[in-house]
Amino acid sequence: MTSRRWLFLVPVLVFGILAIYFAVGLTRDPSKIPSALIDKPAPEFALPGIEGRGGPGFSTADLRQGEISVVNVFASWCVPCRAEHPVINRLAGLGVARVYGLNYKDKAAEASAWLDKLGDAYTAIGADASGRVGIDWGVYGVPETFIVDGAGIIRFKHVGPLTDADLEDTILPVIREIGS
Amino acid sequence: MIAEFGHLALIMALAVAVAQTALPLAGAHWGYLPWMRFAAPAAAAQVLCVGLAFAALTYAFVVSDFSLAVVYQNSHTDKPLIYKISGVWGNHEGSMLLWVLILSVFGAAVALFGRNLPPSLKARVLGIQSLIAVGFYLFLLLTSNPFARLFPAPVNGQDLNPLLQDPGLAIHPPMLYLGYVGFSMAFSFAIAALLEGRVDAAWGRWVRPWTLAAWAFLTGGIALGSWWAYYELGWGGWWFWDPVENASFIPWLAGTALLHSATIVEKRDTMKGWTIFLAIVTFSLSLLGTFLVRSGVLTSVHAFATDPARGVFILMLLIVVIGGSLALFAWRGPGLRNTGVFQPVSREGALLFNNLIMTTAAATVLLGTLYPLFLDALDAGKISVGPPFFEKTFIPIMIPMVIAMAVGPMLSWKRADLTGAMKRLWLALAAALGGAGLAFAGLGTGPLVGLVGFALAGWLGAATLIELAGRAHVGRTSAGDSLRRLGRMPRASWGMTLGHLGLAIAIAGMAGAGGWKIESIQTMKPGDAVTIGPYTYAFEGASEGSGPNYDFTRGRFTVTHDGTPYAVLEPENRRYTVRSMPTTEAAIRTTWLGDLYAVIGDPEGSAGAYVTRIYWNPLVAWMWAGAILMAFGALLSLTDRRYRVGAPARRHAQAAARPQPAE
Repeated sequence: MTSRRWLFLVPVLVFGILAIYFAVGLTRDPSKIPSALIDKPAPEFALPGIEGRGGPGFSTADLRQGEISVVNVFASWCVPCRAEHPVINRLAGLGVARVYGLNYKDKAAEASAWLDKLGDAYTAIGADASGRVGIDWGVYGVPETFIVDGAGIIRFKHVGPLTDADLEDTILPVIREIGS
Repeated sequence: MIAEFGHLALIMALAVAVAQTALPLAGAHWGYLPWMRFAAPAAAAQVLCVGLAFAALTYAFVVSDFSLAVVYQNSHTDKPLIYKISGVWGNHEGSMLLWVLILSVFGAAVALFGRNLPPSLKARVLGIQSLIAVGFYLFLLLTSNPFARLFPAPVNGQDLNPLLQDPGLAIHPPMLYLGYVGFSMAFSFAIAALLEGRVDAAWGRWVRPWTLAAWAFLTGGIALGSWWAYYELGWGGWWFWDPVENASFIPWLAGTALLHSATIVEKRDTMKGWTIFLAIVTFSLSLLGTFLVRSGVLTSVHAFATDPARGVFILMLLIVVIGGSLALFAWRGPGLRNTGVFQPVSREGALLFNNLIMTTAAATVLLGTLYPLFLDALDAGKISVGPPFFEKTFIPIMIPMVIAMAVGPMLSWKRADLTGAMKRLWLALAAALGGAGLAFAGLGTGPLVGLVGFALAGWLGAATLIELAGRAHVGRTSAGDSLRRLGRMPRASWGMTLGHLGLAIAIAGMAGAGGWKIESIQTMKPGDAVTIGPYTYAFEGASEGSGPNYDFTRGRFTVTHDGTPYAVLEPENRRYTVRSMPTTEAAIRTTWLGDLYAVIGDPEGSAGAYVTRIYWNPLVAWMWAGAILMAFGALLSLTDRRYRVGAPARRHAQAAARPQPAE
């Protein structure tokens, strides 16, 4: 009988553990997810620019022009994106790679206002309002940053906000390595 | 003014719900009948209040009252009326309001149809239903008020996401919610039974119809969502293992298990603790699904935290509802007495096997969906599981399930003769080999898993028909007598037969479309032709035009089959003006053997050339036909005589004690 009683306790204990995970998950920033897409060609897509900004759209063809590209998935509703944005701007300013934006599940007006406020250093931005292209890129948490070589092959993926240290220690070395 | 009225109605609904929780539960505890009786009128008052709130929000959408934030964010004056209405639930706040509206409708249904329920059970069921509603009202009022005003009011709105401006997606969320919320009935009955400390056959008989209805709606909702993804996303795919899809699929798997175990409680008065547990789990997963999708925690870990108030509220609500009910289960569950005993090889054993597989499958999909979150919390690095994970785990789990599904209905209750059942299945084995052989001959070489799929479809389909023939005594009596026997068969049995047959058909569709899809992406100028299988698609060019709130490019393909004209396909590429967002409208011609599917992309160069995508999706329509058959089977089962007669609980208990025809 006592062992039977223990059996009935299992579900609530399992849920308790789950709840702790959820609580921790509420406070977490994703760091790195090794992507299944590494060393695979970037998915086929073509996205319009953010409505009202007049910028060009962003498509797979942009990634196959012989230059190293950084694809940054961002959204105005994402707080860590705000934190990493100065790092993205600095990376774009260095001129070592083209920096493209993938505006994920965002509203055009909000994304536009956000970029006006924080600075828009992207070569081009694709507006993925439905998140459909994000699915193909395997986007799980925003922000995410991909490095794509000149042939359109994805070479590196970083999940979560980029810090200055990430930029110096991983992003720039990877770009240098691809370039050499 | 109308909006303030709606807001007030929502606050009143909360007040009613609080009273409907407190009084009946207290009344049932102390055996005070007037308080228990308060539940039914309160349920009616509550549905009235939420109904008014919902009507007020619908009104705001219809008249385009952009002083309401949700209307501004999700509507536009140019939008067709149907999408103004569907826009009510095409956003977070409105969809939560729809959720709680459906919840209160179910509560009112119990109040209305539950006249013959024991008063304390009825009071407890309605009290628990209302307790869930209280959580939702608080969530709406405190963190997601649909009646929040904007000042000054904008001149026009931001339009509804164009992807949602589609007839399929207009009715998809209500169907899905009818399913999710329908499981709340099983949940409330389970909690009420734990509080009562008693589960009998009458309880099973009450829970099963609600579960059947919820399951039918959820099946329909999932099929509709998948169909929408198929024709609207323009990739020829129909299931992406996207977290949003998984969120509806996990409760479906658990609900399927619940459906089967409730049968055991009803017929054999055993497995009570397990069934109660499944009822709690199924609704918990529905709740988790609703919230995780709504809060965005699954598509993006960060959206969860963007609005800390919302995230914390959701977590608290999950802890109260799920944690509370599981704690109650741990406390009162061991006291449930099972009377029926059975051998492992028996109908009960087969249903238990179904339960184990279905719950394992549900747990696997849940794990795959939440895994990244777990690893993140553990600082164990990050992984992203995509379709490969689900295909590698889910399919192997389901194969033994389908094999056993063929045998289960042939086993008798308590103790069965496995050899006898297997002897009846030699024809099904032939059908399995035939199915795989036919696929190989008709479709050519394909992936092994596709051939296995066809074999399983043949096996399950044939076995279901053999079982049906056995009931009708085909071959042992005259054809007329067989037909009469089929006519007298209880509708619940027909429901089972159609449900299993539907799955067999759906498996064939999944195997065909999954394993033998042909895809061709190219740039085509007017006059170009491309041949896929026996069909030749000639591109005649594209024209421009405009709809109510979008411009479109419409391509025209003339399809010939072995040289003879067969069909004209006109896919569209729409650009919605307000959000400047494109959508693809694939042109699809469905045939028995597969779908012809054409999509027009962007212009390429200047000579009227376009990127086109053309697909041949073998048997894909079978999948949805199978799903419809499954949902229809469940609804048919719902009209079974024993539910319609609505005998009071006491008589139910006696009826269950009498020997019943094997089903």
